[in-house]
Amino acid sequence: MLRLATFCLLLAMPASAEEIVLGLSRDEVAITATFEGSEIAIFGAIKREEPLPTEGDLGVIVTVAGPDMPVTVRRKERRLGIWVNTEAVDIDVAPSFYAVSTNRPLDEILSDSEDVNTRISTRRAIRSVGPSELGSDQFTNALVRIRAAQELYQTIPTGVWVKDDTLFRTIITLPANLTEGDYKAEIYLTRDGRIIDLYSAVIPVKKVGLERWLYNLAHDQAPIYGIMSLSIAIAAGWLASAAFSLLRR
Amino acid sequence: MQIYLPIAEVSVNAFLLLGLGGIVGILSGMFGVGGGFLMTPLLFFIGIPPAVAVATEANQIVASSFSGVLAHLKRKTVDLKMGIVLLIGGLVGSALGILLFNYLKALGQVELLVQLCYVVFLGMIGALMFIESLNAIRKTKKSPGAAPARRKHNWVHNLPFKMKFRVSGLYISVIPPLLVGVLVGVLAAIMGVGGGFIMVPAMIYLLGMPTKVVVGTSLFQIIFVTAFTTMLHATTNYTVDVVLAVLLLVGGVIGAQIGTRIGVKMKAEQLRILLAIMVLAVCGKLAFDLLVQPSELYSIGAGGH
Repeated sequence: MLRLATFCLLLAMPASAEEIVLGLSRDEVAITATFEGSEIAIFGAIKREEPLPTEGDLGVIVTVAGPDMPVTVRRKERRLGIWVNTEAVDIDVAPSFYAVSTNRPLDEILSDSEDVNTRISTRRAIRSVGPSELGSDQFTNALVRIRAAQELYQTIPTGVWVKDDTLFRTIITLPANLTEGDYKAEIYLTRDGRIIDLYSAVIPVKKVGLERWLYNLAHDQAPIYGIMSLSIAIAAGWLASAAFSLLRR
Repeated sequence: MQIYLPIAEVSVNAFLLLGLGGIVGILSGMFGVGGGFLMTPLLFFIGIPPAVAVATEANQIVASSFSGVLAHLKRKTVDLKMGIVLLIGGLVGSALGILLFNYLKALGQVELLVQLCYVVFLGMIGALMFIESLNAIRKTKKSPGAAPARRKHNWVHNLPFKMKFRVSGLYISVIPPLLVGVLVGVLAAIMGVGGGFIMVPAMIYLLGMPTKVVVGTSLFQIIFVTAFTTMLHATTNYTVDVVLAVLLLVGGVIGAQIGTRIGVKMKAEQLRILLAIMVLAVCGKLAFDLLVQPSELYSIGAGGH
């Protein structure tokens, strides 16, 4: 919502001096049976009506966010000698995938107040609507840590290559364990920590072919899917037995 | 070759799955066990979500037990009447097991339950088998020895609702077989196993069934209980991954053939000791994970109760 608000605000602003022109290497990602992850190249140029501003540092921030989902983070504690889940914190909104690629470390090109408004940094992209409990920070940190280890959350401080303050390019690597949905790519242009332009594009990520069909069947027609799985099992069992008796002869 | 599993939503090596299916298949052919109790923990180790591993393994057991029961039907070593009584108990148990499974899943304790069940049962069965086969090896070294006399009369025979089981040559109350069925059904649902490793000893020692009909009858009952469990998991949790099941099946079917041939050439006691050691190893690994402080104390689950 906040991002949308920022976007509208930017649209309402007088045409800024610098604007983003964007290209994407692919406009959708298909999860096939042999999907091993994917790369998206995001590239573009900064269009100017005026000569290059002499002062103010240029920042380019590229974010790619997967569909938001609520998650429950649980913590283990030793009880009666074994490690069991005890405390749990519900997090209302956490992107299933989140990559932030920048031309310089994020805190150098984006002011804290802008980050609060736009929720660009990973830590701020995750939020709980309910009253934040004491120590729930640890749980959010754990979420970021675990997802970062699975390459689902990526922060790449020098991932954006910028040439002559005009051309830019970055590559976002999508791992194999992706969640389906619309992935939102956003490119922010900043000067001295302030956002001066924003461009966004949607990259749908979806299962295709057999993967799509099986997933839909399993969820929409669960009884039929169950019977199909059983039929395959029984056919395989019968075949094995028939083949076995043939071999014995 | 990496394969993306549509339900588990993870990408795994297809050859690894074929290999696992093959190895467990060889073992199941060698030792005459279903192999579920080994396969499910192995699936945990390679990163398949526990809920998917349990549900999919139930589906795979349908295949291996169906294949086995056909052979037993030909030899007429299936007590259908006893099988049906066990089955009625099994279906009740399976439904109870799924309820318990889903309740604990909501609490975030399902992994703990599954792991604890494994540690307890694998530990028990592994230790018993180890001791029993050590004794058997010692006995064969001495002399053939007299077969132990089975107790003819125990508390089981004093219960009401008696029924005649002709194939087993028994006239006993239906309550003990029903209870055995319930127990196995609960285990099948929670652990993703057929439960043969519990049922076979229970049938021999508790119900006093003749050994020759035990395996066939147990397999007969397992088909239906695991099929029912598969359906329940498929319709309530959507966790049966048919791609995973097929990969495991193919490996398993081929492995079982090889295993049967190896099994014929080896001595029964040596086989059982090997199996016991393996069972204890899996149990040890699972127990170790529960007892030692994990490197990551936090875990992420689907939110929104």
